[in-house]
Amino acid sequence: MGMATPKETQFHVLAVDDSLIDRMLIERLLKTSSFHVTAVDSASKALNFLGLVEDMASEIHQDVDVNLIITDYCMPGMTGYDLLRKIKESKSLKDIPVVIMSSENVPSRINRCLEEGAEEFFLKPVQLSDVHKLKPHLMKSRVKEEQDQQPINNKRKIKEEFHSPDKTRVKCIS
Amino acid sequence: MDRNHSHRHLAAMKQSLFDQGLLDEQFIQLEELQDDANPNFVEEIVTLYYRDSSRLISNIDQALKERNSMDFNKLDTLMHQFKGSSSSIGAKKVKAECNLFREYCMAGNAEGCIRSFQQLKKEYAALKKKLEAYFQFARQSGPSETACRPK
Repeated sequence: MGMATPKETQFHVLAVDDSLIDRMLIERLLKTSSFHVTAVDSASKALNFLGLVEDMASEIHQDVDVNLIITDYCMPGMTGYDLLRKIKESKSLKDIPVVIMSSENVPSRINRCLEEGAEEFFLKPVQLSDVHKLKPHLMKSRVKEEQDQQPINNKRKIKEEFHSPDKTRVKCIS
Repeated sequence: MDRNHSHRHLAAMKQSLFDQGLLDEQFIQLEELQDDANPNFVEEIVTLYYRDSSRLISNIDQALKERNSMDFNKLDTLMHQFKGSSSSIGAKKVKAECNLFREYCMAGNAEGCIRSFQQLKKEYAALKKKLEAYFQFARQSGPSETACRPK
């Protein structure tokens, strides 16, 4: 299958979709692009996996290394939008990039998700070309992780270069 | 049939499915995801589609029996799921029938729903047969460059 990326440097994507077919598809799309994938069929399972237990006031810190979350919008129970909000409200998870997928092209829905902090909004069926758009968001997160480990005198310089993801967020599908 | 001949025949089979409007570009996208480690991905996902959607079909059939008190919301939700899966495998005509059904749902047209669902099931069954034949022939023909765009 070509070059195998070692697990430590592979990006780990959590895919959330209640459709069996779409889970199979997104998993294949991501694996083809050398991502390590965990696929779950509901938002609540996703939160469990991420270590966020809904009923509890405090978050249980868990050593789950997820670099990106890609979720369907329309799901029974908790929607992808609800999941996005919960992730952005969480101290430990808010910096994980979130991508929303939907079969319906509803501009108000798209804008709402982007405003809530989603990095991208993909129309289904998701294509390889969409998945290729994920790497920059993941590279940015990885740089930020590394930056957080830098000695203090370097921090300010790097922060200036990579601050404010808001500028890149305007991605509306017309 | 020698190798080249059978590959041409396979390509012709695929072309025919596109010409009849049964499949769209998404099917090609699926083929592009096949590789040496996953040589049968398209057949696997299509097989899963037929298995998974049969459940949806019986649920819709059941809901359509309530002629006097049809739950259009429920039908629309079920059909939304069915349409999504059909779209993901490139089932163009089936997807079109799903859209028609949803229009009847939104209009609260019970007879329309029943009729269009009959048609949908026909298209769905016809595609299944043709894809089964296609995959069977593909398996017999051996490995080839399957992801080629029809004209």
